[in-house]
Amino acid sequence: MADGTPSGAPAPVVLALQDVSKSFGAVAALRGAQLELRAGEAHALVGENGAGKSTLVKILAGVHGPDSGRVLLDGQPLVLDGPAAARAAGIAVIYQEPTLFPDLSVAENIFMGRQPLAGGRRIDRKALTERCRALFERLGVHMDPDRPARGLSIADQQMVEIAKALSFDARVLVMDEPTAALSGVEVERLFVVARALRDQGAAVLFISHRFDEVFDLCDRITVMRDGQWVSTDLAADLTVDQVVRRMVGRDVADLFPKQEVTAGDVVLEVRGLTRRGVFSDISFDVRAGEIVALAGLVGAGRSEVMRAVFGVDRYDAGSVRVHGRELAGGSPSAAMAAGIALVPEDRRQQGLVMELSVERNATLTRRWKLARAGLLSARRERATAAEWTKKLQVKAGKLSDPVSTLSGGNQQKVVLAKWLSTEPTVLVVDEPTRGIDVGTKSEVHRLLSQLAADGLAIVMISSELPEVLGMADRVLVMHEGRLVDDIPRARADEDGVMLAATGQTARAAQLGVAS
Amino acid sequence: MTTTQQTPTGAAPAAAEARSRRGTALAHRLFVVRELGILAALAVLIGVTLIANPRFLSGQNLRDLMLSAAILVVLAAGQTMVIITRNVDLSVGSILGLSAYATGTLLVDRPGTPVLVALLAGTAVGAVCGLVNGAVVAVAKVPSLVVTLGMLYAIRGLDSLWASSSDRLQVNAADLPSGFKSFGGARVLGVPVLFLIAVAVVLVIGWYLRSYRSGRELYGIGSAPEAARLSGIPVGRRVLMAFVVNGALAGLAGVLYAARFQTLDTTAGTGLELNVVAAAVVGGVAIAGGTGSAWGAALGALLLTTIGTALPQLGLNPFWRDAAVGALIIAAIVLDRTLTLRLAARLRGRNLRGS
Repeated sequence: MADGTPSGAPAPVVLALQDVSKSFGAVAALRGAQLELRAGEAHALVGENGAGKSTLVKILAGVHGPDSGRVLLDGQPLVLDGPAAARAAGIAVIYQEPTLFPDLSVAENIFMGRQPLAGGRRIDRKALTERCRALFERLGVHMDPDRPARGLSIADQQMVEIAKALSFDARVLVMDEPTAALSGVEVERLFVVARALRDQGAAVLFISHRFDEVFDLCDRITVMRDGQWVSTDLAADLTVDQVVRRMVGRDVADLFPKQEVTAGDVVLEVRGLTRRGVFSDISFDVRAGEIVALAGLVGAGRSEVMRAVFGVDRYDAGSVRVHGRELAGGSPSAAMAAGIALVPEDRRQQGLVMELSVERNATLTRRWKLARAGLLSARRERATAAEWTKKLQVKAGKLSDPVSTLSGGNQQKVVLAKWLSTEPTVLVVDEPTRGIDVGTKSEVHRLLSQLAADGLAIVMISSELPEVLGMADRVLVMHEGRLVDDIPRARADEDGVMLAATGQTARAAQLGVAS
Repeated sequence: MTTTQQTPTGAAPAAAEARSRRGTALAHRLFVVRELGILAALAVLIGVTLIANPRFLSGQNLRDLMLSAAILVVLAAGQTMVIITRNVDLSVGSILGLSAYATGTLLVDRPGTPVLVALLAGTAVGAVCGLVNGAVVAVAKVPSLVVTLGMLYAIRGLDSLWASSSDRLQVNAADLPSGFKSFGGARVLGVPVLFLIAVAVVLVIGWYLRSYRSGRELYGIGSAPEAARLSGIPVGRRVLMAFVVNGALAGLAGVLYAARFQTLDTTAGTGLELNVVAAAVVGGVAIAGGTGSAWGAALGALLLTTIGTALPQLGLNPFWRDAAVGALIIAAIVLDRTLTLRLAARLRGRNLRGS
């Protein structure tokens, strides 16, 4: 399982976080978190989504400054007042979602701000290409350094990010779920590089939801929960079950209160849906009372499929039927009229008008029905909003307060209220609990379950496996624009979904991971 | 289960790289085609005009064309720097006006001022205006469209206020020192000096954007602002610098304007900003930032100027110029969009086929 740790005295601590706290508005992302990275170790940071891992990474990257607490480098206090400062301190970060410049070449992406120079401080393009090629060779990547980053697959983008981190000899390498989009071979290649860096004395911080990888690569494991530090132990002293219990800190069964419902008639029928270059030949049914989860990696095309079903994007081939009637493509208003509601992934940008009041937001989708002779009646608006916010238990000071003052979970409820008030028969929710604290999360889950019990057909796009497994009656798995698996609730487990999502269904049984 | 296991062994990587290379070659070709396209349009326009009027490119006509183009070319090169960062500067016409009037006033009050000092003074006036623009955009994070629209009016107002309070509403050619006037008409090997200055500016800006770290960072900022921030690029400083340089070049253009027209009032350069943006867009500088070159923008400026002088030669009402420019802008945007989409589809295609 775990690699043995070197015997004798522990290696010196390179980087330490002490008692670090950080809040965003009303939500406390980190509360007295701590972390200690030693030279020459691979250190895992695990926790549920929302446990504060990404916030911690962003503090290390200099993106966020901590509200309180200290960052120590070699025992000396370190001020990380920007990404440049973190870089200067030798901290390289690979983010979950690659951050590349699409218009610039791959080589320039890697060496931005550090391009090799020729005379007169001008960029030596030949050396730039050569150094990039050498890096790719070391990583075993086959990519033309001069091609633009636009159009790279997520996995290739991630390899560019890794090459970038490798290109400046980092003392601390932070990898925030780098393997989420990688295939088995690519993961192995990444680990070879990570181990090489570790053996040269760098500290590697590895964040992942895949326990086989965590135990394969890491020497020590730190567990976080709800923004707080829980434990740090040698990987050799831990089992997967122990880690999961510490991460969750409560009984998993309570988290996903899915009611058993007998599915009714088919409500949504998708046949052979294709959008060239994005997804192809997608077919599935959703019945009344059913929650169907659409699982897959970031970039697999899940949101894109549902955007096409809802008519936001056009599709090249295929058909969408609601209650047996074919839906015209490319028209969200036709989709709404047919009874489809779409709750988008990014509620700040696509779901809510942050400056407007709770009641205005909650009634945006119905403003014509609430209007008389084209004029909105404030009284009717308020009455509708009050009804729905009460049903969904939105915690807001006043209904006239701007939505931006609400917590993430309550904002999500307002978005739900907005769409539920259109009385849909098909509800599509994209990442319904992203960025919501754990308590409100289960309220959103209870709500979805209740809605399904009332006969709504629900399609849930989610990247959180526990949520998918806990809530869904069926799990549809997408990989690189194709639907690769349809797993009923009884057979769905973490490994099956993950393997299908990474495009390798063959090596399913051999991983001994419990969940 | 319908997936097949990925087995990148043996010939697969080589094939992947070959595909990737084809994508790159296509990208290079598109880039070249984009600028050659403007050149081709320019050649066709000149060819047709030459048939209608064989004297179109005769000595004096050609020199007039170069003189008219020089100012727009300088402004377009500066604007390129700003647009590449996903910003825009609409105040360049007003900056040009202020700089021209300031230079004129300086030369009338102190007739002994050397031409070089006049050039530097006008450039400095522009740089200060650019500094204000850039500071508000970069520090206060106000959209540049709004800031520079405000500055368009504010600077023009300042210009008028200065002129009316100094009782010199107009600077006349007769009041300007002869040294400066002869600079406006000077030639080297038959080529107007003003045009040579413009060419030098384009070469320097184009070279800088292509070959210097901070120049590449401007492209990065416009291509993906969030990624720029995460990779430690000093976004605010770079944007500020782009605005200062653009302002300075608008100031320089003001001196060139004074040298060429020699009669200056406070309306000099009114409405020029839209011509400048048009030239850049026609020249392949994407308004969404991240792509384009100063050379392309300069070619765009040359094309727009040539249209303006060619249409009368073709016996067309000069009012057609605006319609032609409008059609060109739309054609350029449609072309850029189509090329981008096709390139993206081509580069992406291999990912889907691979699975």
